Amino acid sequence: MRVEFISGNEASAEGAMTAGLKVYVGYPITPSSDLFEYLSEKLPERGGIVFQGEDEIASINALVGAALAGAKAMTATSGPGLSLMAEGIGLACMVEAPLVIIDVMRAGPSTGIATHVGQGDIMQSRWLSHGPYNLVAFAPFSAQEAFDYTVKSFNVAVRLRIPVILLSDATIGHTRERVVIKEPGEIEVEDFKRPTVPPEKYKFYDPDPRDLVPPMAFFGEGYYIHAESLSHDERGYYDTRPAVYRRLVERLVEKVERNKKSIVASKSYYTDDAEILFVAFGSVARSTLALVRDLREQGIKAGLFRPISIWPLDDEKLIEASKRAKKVVVVELNQGQIVEVIEDALWHHQRYDVEVLSLPMILSETPSPDEILDEINSKGWRLW
Amino acid sequence: MVETQEVIKYPLDDYLRTERLPHIWCPGCGIGMALQALLWSIKELHEQGVIDRKKVCFFTGIGCTARASGFVKFDAIHALHGRAIPVATGAKLGNPSLIPIVFSGDGDIAAIGGNHLLHAARRNFDILVVMVNNMTYALTGGQLAPTTPTGVRSTTTPRGNPENVMDTTKFVASLRPNFVARYSVTQPTVLRTVFKKALPKRGFRFIEVVSTCTEIFGRHTGFRDPYELYLRLKKICKIKKISSIDEIKYDWENEITCGTFIDKDDPSFLDMYFKMYKPRGMVYGES
Repeated sequence: MRVEFISGNEASAEGAMTAGLKVYVGYPITPSSDLFEYLSEKLPERGGIVFQGEDEIASINALVGAALAGAKAMTATSGPGLSLMAEGIGLACMVEAPLVIIDVMRAGPSTGIATHVGQGDIMQSRWLSHGPYNLVAFAPFSAQEAFDYTVKSFNVAVRLRIPVILLSDATIGHTRERVVIKEPGEIEVEDFKRPTVPPEKYKFYDPDPRDLVPPMAFFGEGYYIHAESLSHDERGYYDTRPAVYRRLVERLVEKVERNKKSIVASKSYYTDDAEILFVAFGSVARSTLALVRDLREQGIKAGLFRPISIWPLDDEKLIEASKRAKKVVVVELNQGQIVEVIEDALWHHQRYDVEVLSLPMILSETPSPDEILDEINSKGWRLW
Repeated sequence: MVETQEVIKYPLDDYLRTERLPHIWCPGCGIGMALQALLWSIKELHEQGVIDRKKVCFFTGIGCTARASGFVKFDAIHALHGRAIPVATGAKLGNPSLIPIVFSGDGDIAAIGGNHLLHAARRNFDILVVMVNNMTYALTGGQLAPTTPTGVRSTTTPRGNPENVMDTTKFVASLRPNFVARYSVTQPTVLRTVFKKALPKRGFRFIEVVSTCTEIFGRHTGFRDPYELYLRLKKICKIKKISSIDEIKYDWENEITCGTFIDKDDPSFLDMYFKMYKPRGMVYGES
């Protein structure tokens, strides 16, 4: 264990190395490139390889190959690069290749403002690729969480054989803070779930019925794996029969839901008696938390629910945090994305009594607490 | 006395997922010949102790040729259209002891995957790429490929192909990787020897196999009889020694130059990376 004063991007790089990163494939893109540069310097001496692909399509596909070869694999990118990875993320889900993508969100759409912050990749991170599938995304709000949740991203990726996205942002990625860097043993580091049967009995897509995840053999071990991007049976053989397709894809979607309890993460502040519940994540949650504290000093019963796992949402904790709330204010740096998820969760739990107020801010900078307050006042909501 | 009928085993059965046969390829298609030559070369190298077949893995994209990954008994991935090269690259980075073979078609490798091909060759990255060139998009029904000869009709160029054609071998040769060769399915014995030569080498190795597609390409060019198409290829695929890559021709009317155009042993990408970065606890064969 050691303490360093590093940026969120560097903390993610350190987290990846603690988690056992073996292959990093990247393509330069602001504001993620410094993570790539940091690993280029450090990863070889920790027993890994850093490789620069010709584009983000090469990066994501190379990660799939690295995972099949048994390496913990990662890339870092930002909105435009993540868009290019769309098809490859679908491939990773379909062939069940565990990998981690650090998305350091910037202001979009399109190339937007490369050096400025955004939170516009909420829906993109979940629904980027075509067809039904499922994956996991976490949003850290500090350099420490960038470290901790990069480790957790790897753990979840190998446990479920899925891609996991860390939704960092330009503010988190570039803010230097005190970070406690832990080594394996000081923080939980999971390894791939390995086959327990001999090669002749092994099937690459035969799931463990408990968690729906098939144990994973690697290329080069004599299992003669067939990884298949097309619809396939348990052996990986292409099969167009609707029943086979349904069994496969339902499992791919269900396996995240089935293992949700071990994935979800969130933090609640001042929510025991909160009548006005703010919801914010990532860098915006820091300003929102400061605003909540200001409001508390004025005697206003405000609280904050901060989702860390965005996909899936920690909805039980949200319901708990909102138990006394009459109004829920969702603050985010986009046109209103996570508000849909929050509203959906509240309705799903029959909390029709709560009024959900969306506070999307199309800013390319993290707003100060006062700016958030001004935005609220400009809406004329009469919250207090 | 009941005589038990002896099951005759084909010598390559151990290298095929026989339960998945018959394959999908049409009568007259040359992909099987290319694959057969490749499998023979792997078998021979494995039996001679040069390579371990457990380390050989297949990476394919989308297309007729790409379906090969489902028929071979090796670790294999049938991946996205055009992306077999980066997937193979990642696997080699993840475990440098693997022997990745990219086996895919001209549409997959030269068109949608062209950027990956360019950079893998430029880096001299340690993979073998076999591009079976049937000069069309056969699986999707005969659309225009960059390798379709100028003037030839396709379903998306019904009045003939107005484009200049891509000579993929010449293009790759210009990037100076360790091995570049082109042969035809009309030269199966040579093919087997060439695969055998290229497979154990380090660095980037590219072998184009000019193939027959009677059902699609043949229909567009007036060669409905596989034999006629085969003879045409036999006539134009001329094995030559060249002194400059400018001499390599890709001319459907007269000559598709065949031969081994580059065969050298420059340090590969991984040789260079391991020498310069010394990733801790990792080795890359014997340099």
